[in-house]
Amino acid sequence: MKHPLQSLLLGCALVVLAACGTVPLRESGSAVQLRGTGDLGLVIERASGHVTLVNTSSREAYARIGGLGDLSHASVVYSRDARYAYVFGRDGGLTKLDLLEARIVKRVMQSGNAIGGSISQDGRIVVAQNYTPGGIKAFDADTLELLSEVPAEYAPGKFSKVVGLADVPGNKFAYALFDGGEIWVSDFSDPKKPVTQRFQAGQQPYDGLVTPNGRHYLAGLFGEDGIALLDLWQPGKGSRKILEKYGRGEEKLPVFKMPHLRGWSVAAGRAWLPAIGRHEVLVADATTWKETGRVAVRGQPVFVMASPDGRQIWVNFAFPDNGWVQVIDTLTGQVVQTLQPGKAVLHMEFTPRGEAVWISARDDNRVLIYDTRTFRQLGSLPAEAPSGIFFTSRAARIGF
Amino acid sequence: MSTRRRPIVVVLTLLLAGSAVVALAEPTPARQKELIHLVRQDCGSCHGMTLQGGLGPALLPATLAEKPAESLVATIIGGRPGTAMPPWHRFLGEDDAQWIVARLMEGFPK
Repeated sequence: MKHPLQSLLLGCALVVLAACGTVPLRESGSAVQLRGTGDLGLVIERASGHVTLVNTSSREAYARIGGLGDLSHASVVYSRDARYAYVFGRDGGLTKLDLLEARIVKRVMQSGNAIGGSISQDGRIVVAQNYTPGGIKAFDADTLELLSEVPAEYAPGKFSKVVGLADVPGNKFAYALFDGGEIWVSDFSDPKKPVTQRFQAGQQPYDGLVTPNGRHYLAGLFGEDGIALLDLWQPGKGSRKILEKYGRGEEKLPVFKMPHLRGWSVAAGRAWLPAIGRHEVLVADATTWKETGRVAVRGQPVFVMASPDGRQIWVNFAFPDNGWVQVIDTLTGQVVQTLQPGKAVLHMEFTPRGEAVWISARDDNRVLIYDTRTFRQLGSLPAEAPSGIFFTSRAARIGF
Repeated sequence: MSTRRRPIVVVLTLLLAGSAVVALAEPTPARQKELIHLVRQDCGSCHGMTLQGGLGPALLPATLAEKPAESLVATIIGGRPGTAMPPWHRFLGEDDAQWIVARLMEGFPK
């Protein structure tokens, strides 16, 4: 006969195991192992609606998840515990993934056509930015239940595509209206009743960024030479334009792909920004916002990304120069390395402390890993038409 | 030396001219494959990989039905000033653009 206490103990053990079972990453068979997520991330496989989950310490893929819909132009933000990834798909799908259990936790279709999203300072609100219908929508980060929305109605009956959404301190989000030519800042202190402030930007803002300290919002302009700047610490002063007329009146080259902006553009006290329709990276002092120089590069920049220590800027390019990657040394402002990692390089992501950079080569179906000091290739992984690469180190960054 | 080479050059020119005439009617199967990839992937940056639109408008049969084919061809070749649509004449011939427009209007191949 079993002692009642024995059954009780066995029951407790089972409860503990079951509880553990939701946390650890399962490894080869039945053995379970507790682990953190600081060295994990994912790669978007744009053509097939899959993501590949990766480990940046072992430089390996550890799982692959499908069923995420249209992932062309997908982007990802992380929960503040860096366990969950929120994937924003082109088709308006918003999918919450668990990196440890390697599964979809929840998926909703939140709009007809989306371009990305962001997560609030307190981690409780996930916001999607939409083209159709133009505007932003806020969701509960746990349940993905809709909390509120801000239609981007910039004139009566006129809705704008929203670009450049980024979180800013105070549970606010800053974003730009491509058709409306404005910067909006929505305060979600009361998540169900957002309050929005509007600022002038300029013609056709194509993307935006918040500086790493959360103070300045920059909206890159497509329809004119220049960048709109808003000091979020002093919004009463309004927005102003910087790097005006950087094209010096010369006709710009045809733009075959829009550049992307994020807070990674600030390094060594300066902002490093893609020029539209020019083979140049523009450099501005991040205090005075005056132009301090430009760097001639191989093509039209798409991503201009600083390494975590700010010493290097890695640049990839629009079609037809999308097989090249160049590296700028921020100390000298010179290109110090030119690489050809593969066909159709779409994105780059630094490991949390920047010893390596992962690069997606869409038409080679590979992700390449480079050493940032020696520029030697450290390894590579197969992935089907890889585009965005997103590591969990983004979880702790303002403006992501 | 140069006199001996000339006949070969003439033959090559004739061959090239011949293939150009064929290409004007319809791009070769290999070229068609390239064009499908270009439209899905690179036009897809703005129009969406499924061509349901993004920063650029949707390029689905229903959205294009009312538009004259020749103006769509002209948009591809010359771009649309004042919008984000660039001219593609560096990479696409008139024949390529005609083939792309015809395929878009009937539902673009995968």
